Amino acid sequence: MTAYAALLGKDLRVELRTLRSLPAMALFAVTAFIIFRFGLDREQLSGELAAGVLVPTLLFAALLAINRLFVAEREEGGFDLVRLAPVDRTVLFAAKASALVIYLTVLELVAVPIFALFFLESASGLLPFALILLLANVGLAATGTLISTIATMSRARDLLAPLILLPLLVPLVIAAAGAGEHLLAEDGPDYGRFGTWLGLLGLYDLIFLLVGYATFDFLLDD
Amino acid sequence: MERTAAVQSRSADASPANRALEPAIGLVELRRDFGDRTALPGVDLRVEPGQSVAVIGPNGSGKSTLLRILAGLLRPSGGVVSVLGCDLPKETHRLRGRVGYLGHEPLLYRDLSPRENLGLSAALHGLDREVIEPRIEALLDAVGMTARADDRVAELSAGMKQRIDICRAVLHEPELLLLDEPDAHLDPDARRRLTPLIAAGNGRTRLVVSHERGVVTAAADFVLELG
Repeated sequence: MTAYAALLGKDLRVELRTLRSLPAMALFAVTAFIIFRFGLDREQLSGELAAGVLVPTLLFAALLAINRLFVAEREEGGFDLVRLAPVDRTVLFAAKASALVIYLTVLELVAVPIFALFFLESASGLLPFALILLLANVGLAATGTLISTIATMSRARDLLAPLILLPLLVPLVIAAAGAGEHLLAEDGPDYGRFGTWLGLLGLYDLIFLLVGYATFDFLLDD
Repeated sequence: MERTAAVQSRSADASPANRALEPAIGLVELRRDFGDRTALPGVDLRVEPGQSVAVIGPNGSGKSTLLRILAGLLRPSGGVVSVLGCDLPKETHRLRGRVGYLGHEPLLYRDLSPRENLGLSAALHGLDREVIEPRIEALLDAVGMTARADDRVAELSAGMKQRIDICRAVLHEPELLLLDEPDAHLDPDARRRLTPLIAAGNGRTRLVVSHERGVVTAAADFVLELG
C-alpha cells in the first residue's frame, strides 16, 4: 500500500468510525436551507437567488470539516509520523485534500437533493451544476487543506482558518455562483457562459494545487 | 554537565571507509532556544555506532528537546549536529526512516486499532506488506498485545499504548533508537518483555532519556547528564 493510500484510508476509516465531520456538515446545510426557506418566505428559488443560497451554504458547511482536518495530526502525533517517515511530505497534503473532496461530494449528494426538494421547480440544471460543484470541491479542498495546516500550527487556529480562507475563496464562490445563476434559471439551464465558469474554476484549482504542493513541505517544519 | 570529547569536523568525502569512521551521533556546541529561554546551552557528544547512551537530568533540562533535534523533528538554534552521517537540519531528508523515535506522547491514532496503527506506520516507511504483516504479528505477540490488537487505541491503558508505541518505533528496524522514558507506565512484566526489543547492539545505536540514574544508566555505555 502506498503512503498516500494509507493516509487517505486512515482518514476515511476514522470518519466512518467516529462520524465527526459528515453528519455535522449535512445537518448544518439542511438547517440553513430551512432557515432560508422561512427567512426568505419563498417556496421557490431560481437564478442568482438559488445559487446565492446553495453555494455559500455548502461553503460554510465545508468549514466544519476544514476546521477538524488536522486535529488528529496535531493531537495524536500524525505530523511527527510523517516527518519521521521516508516519504515526500506533500503526500499528506494530497491525502487530506482527497479526503476533503470525498467529504464534500458526500455532503452534496445529501444536501443538493434536499435543496432541490425545498426550492427548485425543475431539477434539469442540477446535472451540469454537479460538474461545477466537482471542480469547486477540488479548489475548496486544496485551499482548505493549505489554510488548515497553517491554522493548526497557530494558537488561534479556530479563528484563523475562516479569516484567511474565506477571502481566498471569493473567486471560487463567484465562479460557482455565477454558473449556478445561469444553470438554475427559472426558464431552464442557460449554457451561454458555462465554459467560462468551468475554465475559471479549473484555473483556480490548478493554482492552489500547485501552491499547496510547493509550500506544504515548509509548513510542516517546526 | 558530563561531556565527551568534541566531534572532529567531518570530511566532505562520504566514501564507505570514511563513513565507517563517522560517529552515529556527533554534537558540537548544540544549542536550542525557545524565544528568550535556552533549553540546550551547548551540548557536545560523540556516540559510536552500536553504543548505548543514557541521557539524564531534571525536568526542563532539555532531554526531550535533544531527542527531537536528533530525530530531525526540531531545528537546532546553533552548533553542529550530525546523526548517522547526516548534517542536520540540512540533510534531514536523508535521515528519515532510519531513526526509531519514542516521544513523551504516543504517536498513535486513537480511533485506529494497534494493528491498523502499525500497518499505517509500515506503509509510511514503504515496507512490503508480505514482509511486514508477519513482523507486526510477531511484535504484537512479543509485547503481549495480540488479544487487544483490534481494539481502538483510545480504549487501551497508558501502559498498553506505550507497548504499541514501542512496536511502532522499532517496526522498520531503525539504525538509531531515540527513546524518551521507554519504561513510563510499564509494569515489571512489560519491561521484561520490551527490554530485548529496544536493546542496543548489532550496529544499532541507542539513546535513552530518563529522569534519574537506575536501570537505564546501568545498561548504558556512558551517561550524558543535562541541567
